[in-house]
Parts: sequence; C-alpha cells; structure tokens
Amino acid sequence: MNRTEWPLWEIFIRSQHGLAHKHVGSLHAPDPEMAVKNARDVYTRRNEGVSIWVIRSADITASSPGEKEPLFEPANSKVYRHPTFFPMPDEVKHI
Amino acid sequence: MTTDRTLFDYLLRLADSDLILAQRLGEWLGHGPVLEEDIAFANVGLDLLGQARMWFAYASEVETRMNGRGRTEDELALLRDGGDFRNLLLVEQPNGNYADTIARQFYFDVWHELLLTRLERSADARIAEIAAKALKEVTYHVERSTDWIIRLGDGTDVSHARMQAAIDVLWPYTGEMFTADATDRALTGDGVACDSESLLAPWRERVGAVLSEATLTLPSAEWMQRGGKQGVHTEHLGHVLAEMQWLQRAYPGAQW
Amino acid sequence: MYAQMVDTGAKRVRSLDELSPEERAFQERIDADIKIEPKDWMPEAYRKTLIRQISQHAHSEIVGMLPEGNWITRAPTLKRKAILMAKVQDEAGHGLYLYCAAETLGVSRDELIADLHSGKAKYSSIFNYPTLTWADIGAIGWLVDGAAIMNQIPLCRCSFGPYSRAMIRVCKEESFHQRQGFDIMIRLCQGTPEQKAMAQDALNRWWWPSLMMFGPPDADSVHSAQSAQWKIKILSNDELRQRFVDQTVPQADFLGITMPDPLLEWNDERGHYDFGPIDWQELFNVVKGNGPCNRERLSARVKAWEDGAWVREAALAYAEKQAAKAAKQAA
Repeated sequence: MNRTEWPLWEIFIRSQHGLAHKHVGSLHAPDPEMAVKNARDVYTRRNEGVSIWVIRSADITASSPGEKEPLFEPANSKVYRHPTFFPMPDEVKHI
Repeated sequence: MTTDRTLFDYLLRLADSDLILAQRLGEWLGHGPVLEEDIAFANVGLDLLGQARMWFAYASEVETRMNGRGRTEDELALLRDGGDFRNLLLVEQPNGNYADTIARQFYFDVWHELLLTRLERSADARIAEIAAKALKEVTYHVERSTDWIIRLGDGTDVSHARMQAAIDVLWPYTGEMFTADATDRALTGDGVACDSESLLAPWRERVGAVLSEATLTLPSAEWMQRGGKQGVHTEHLGHVLAEMQWLQRAYPGAQW
Repeated sequence: MYAQMVDTGAKRVRSLDELSPEERAFQERIDADIKIEPKDWMPEAYRKTLIRQISQHAHSEIVGMLPEGNWITRAPTLKRKAILMAKVQDEAGHGLYLYCAAETLGVSRDELIADLHSGKAKYSSIFNYPTLTWADIGAIGWLVDGAAIMNQIPLCRCSFGPYSRAMIRVCKEESFHQRQGFDIMIRLCQGTPEQKAMAQDALNRWWWPSLMMFGPPDADSVHSAQSAQWKIKILSNDELRQRFVDQTVPQADFLGITMPDPLLEWNDERGHYDFGPIDWQELFNVVKGNGPCNRERLSARVKAWEDGAWVREAALAYAEKQAAKAAKQAA
C-alpha cells in the first residue's frame, strides 16, 4: 500500500504581485513538476494565484512547540524594535 | 471563398470536438486514479466546455445572418442528430483505461494548440479572439498530457505496455486532423481557417519527441479513419448523444 | 451531518480537576480559544476522534461526488453542465483539503481510504440515496449543501487549526453550491407542470434524509459532550436541525412546493417550526449499509481506486527513476 502512495507536498501561493508566498495547504504528487501542476489545479481554481512554490512536507524543519518560550519570548522583551515604543510629539508629522 | 454556410460548418467542427471531448472527460469525474487527477481533468473538461460554448455562440450569430434565426448553444448541442455533428472521430472514442484517455487527450491537445496558434491570426476577428483566449488554456493542457505520456510510458512495465497499446489503437483517428476538404480549403484561401495539412509536420515532430522521451514508439501505420468532420461517425457518438441530449428531447421546449 | 455519530472513546466528560497536568493545560488552551496545532501535545483520544471525524467528513465529500456526478453527462443545458462539473470538482477539492487536515495528525491518506473501502470508516448517510431525476441535483444543492453549510460554518471556529482552516476554505468555496441548487429548483417550479412535479418528487424523497443528516438527538450523548468540550463540535444535532428547518420551510413556500410532513407547523410560542417524528430506524439502517445505494457507492470508489493503482505506481516509478538519474549525475 505504501509503495504506491505519492508523497505529500506543502503548497505556497503568491496571491498577487508584490505579496509574499503564503501557505495554502497540501496535496499529493509523484514529483515536483506534478506537484506544481496539481497545486495550480487544486489551489488556484478561483484565480487565487500568480506564483506557486511546492516543497515536500518531509523536507520541512519546524520549530518544536516545547521550544516556544526560548524561541519567541526574547523578542517580546525587545519592545524598542516596534515603532510605537517611541512616543512622538503630535506636532511632528510624517515620522 | 468563405460563405456563411462554410463558416458555420467550420465553427461547428471546432465546437463539436471541444464539446464531445468535454463530455467524455465529465464521465471520469469521481472515478479517477487519485483525487488530484479528478480535479485536474475536470479543469480541462471545463476549459473545453467553455470553448465549445464560445464557438457555438459565434456559430449562432452566423446562422442568424444566414437564416434570420440562429439556434442557441443548447439547440445546437442538444437537438442536432449525429449526422450533423462535425467533431473528430478521435474525441468520441470511449475513455477506456487511463492510458487510453491520456493518449486521446495528448493527440488532441498537441493538434489543438497548433491549430489555435494559427487561428489566433485568423482574418476573421471573432475567430482570432476566441482562439487567443482558448490557446492560453490549451497550452496548459498540452503540458499536462505530455507529463502523463512520459510518466506512463517510462513508468512501470505494465504502464508502458498500456500506454503503447493506447497510442497504437488511437493512431488511425489522428489522420482526420490533417486532411482538408472543401470547407477547409474555402476558408483557408481567405485566411479565415488554417491549412490543416500544414499542421501535420509540426504535430508529428512534437508527438514523436514526446513519445521518444516516454520510451514509446511512434506508430507507423498509414491507414487513417475519416468521416467525423463530414458527419459520418463511429458507433460511439450515438451513445454519447443519447445520454447527453436525453432531457432536452424527453421534455421538448422545457426551460432548465 | 457529514460526520455523524463520531465516537470519542469517552465514558464520561471529566472536569478540570480530574485531568492530568498536560490534559488540563490542553483544555485550558481550548477554553481560551487558542487553536491546537499538529505538533502541540494533545490527548490521544482527541487525536483519534479528530481523525475519525475529519476523515468521515472527507469520505463524505468523495462519495458525495458520485450521486451528482451521475448527472454530469445528462445535464439539461451546457451552462448547467459546466456548473455541475465545477461543483463536483469542488467536492473533490474539499475532500482533498480534509484528507490533508487529517494527515497532519499522523495518518496517511491511503490508510484513511483503506478504512473507507473496508467499511470500517463511515461517510454521510445522505449519499446512499439515489439521484433519479434532474430535480435531485437541485434538491441536493438546496437541502444537502444547505445542511452541510449549517454545520460547517460553526466548525470554522473549531479548536484544531488545520481542520478549522480547511473548513474556512470549504465554506468560502461552497457558498455557490446551495445557490445553484436553489436556482435549479426555481427554474423547475416555474416551468412546465411536469417539471414542477419533478421538483416536488425530489423534495419528497430528500427532505427526511436531509433531516437525518444531522444525526440522532445528542443532547445526552457523552461523545457529543466530550466533542463540545474539545470544541470540535459546536452546536448540538437538534439545534442545527431546528435551524435548518426554520431556514428551509420559507424557501419551499417561495418555490410553491410542500414538505412531506403533515405535522410541520409554525409554533409561535417557541418561535420555531414544529415538525413530525424522524424515522431513526431508517437512518441506522442506512448507516449499517442497507441504504438504497450503499453497495454501488462503495464499489464505485473501490473500483476507481483499484483501476487507478497502476497509474499511481507508474508515476512513482518514473519519479524514482528520475531521482536515481539525478543522483548519478551529481555523483
């Protein structure tokens, strides 16, 4: 049974020029070329895309949920990275 | 010389081949080898059905010019009898196994793309416009059927044998695409249609290259079936029409 | 519903104090409306229940292609043919999104399909009824898709991220399905007397099975309570059914056709329609495999799968050959 199962691919689509590719879902395909074509047929039936990326699901390395705190907490404490950290006088415009 | 009569006849050839092939692909939906293929082939079927409707719409305008009243797309598709259908014999052949369907599609797609590329420059502005729109879709169809010819041809021993058998069995139905009759010649002279015979060399070159990549052999048989463009069909068309036209004929005049 | 009577494995719903620390953290996340993602810790029963529910939903989409696909080649106009093809194609897409959502839980699509084919996994009872006339295509869109949407909109808010995202996509695409069904019904009801009779006949045959789609009353069901606590079931079967009846009866009035239920009546006090008793024996029978089309539906799916095996194998064999060639060239 497993011998005939096509690998799973993750599909990323750029919906409009200028935007980043966004994960839209996954599908099965025997190889990368067919994965792109299947993605076109499955995920852009309603004019949703201008560009497609595919990657084998097995090739994705993901952060583990247990590491969420060490990975993301430090960013929370660097509030000075956000523009709202710096209050500006009302009279100063365009900054 | 182009008359409305010959133009009408030519438009029906384009419309009918698209329609009958779309009808055949519709039979697959829900029964394909994998979900992704069901979705992909439905897209091809929807494209072809849409193209058939554009050709019918133009045929209807031409008929209005001729007779004062042109039949609607549904009257043309669902109330004409088999002898009035002008589609290629190739497209009415049964779905068979997946290799048969892919072979039929591939032969048709390669021809279709070549034809539309010429018709895009037709002296008839409406034909040029429809062809340009259809060509974008058909370019993709060729890519897909090419992919599958290669994968089945160069896949397993079983798939190779089935693909070669399908290529051989459907081969005699390809000749019709490249023979010109009076209708073709009249329209070609005016730059409305394209010279069918001139499509043969590029078609063979493309088909040959793909089959060779797929480790398949280009058939060498010379004998070709003919008749579809003149309304003399295989037995299969009658069954296609019996199913496709049944509701319209069972309830004459009803609106759906 | 598309997923009927899903077993959660629960004997009773436990309170927060009875849960292990992990389970409690998990439940607190759900209570706070934070989505669970595939790599997050989850109770095994939650994972198994979701696999059952999502795959049953996916199987329903795929089997549901068959009764409607039955009319693609016979659609009465080219426009209707195109719409129906697009709709059945969408159902294939929805099945695909749902299988993928289930796959994030660690099963493969092939395993899920094998369970469908062996009869171990179920699909919605509604698709075991036959489509006998063109009006059935209208009735399915109007009633069956109407009922499905009613269930799926709340599921967009369910606790499992991939399922919720699949539901959002499905709902977005499905908005045209119910309308096209109702549009077919309008045309038939404004047509010839024969067409109107066809519409009435379809309503007669599809009304009760549509109500059964929501499943038996589950206010006292431990599985429903567990699913509700996990936020993978948002409203009870009877709530959804009542909403569906309330929404649909005025639509039938508009069409000028009659629900096959002499007890159907507006209840001013409740602010809802009352309706007659549902024959649950029929539902249990259909679920057990005795519906009019169970055998045909399943054998059509098995045939498609078996006939396609050599195609899937060939594509994979080609991909392996290409990969081997590329590896050799790189070496």
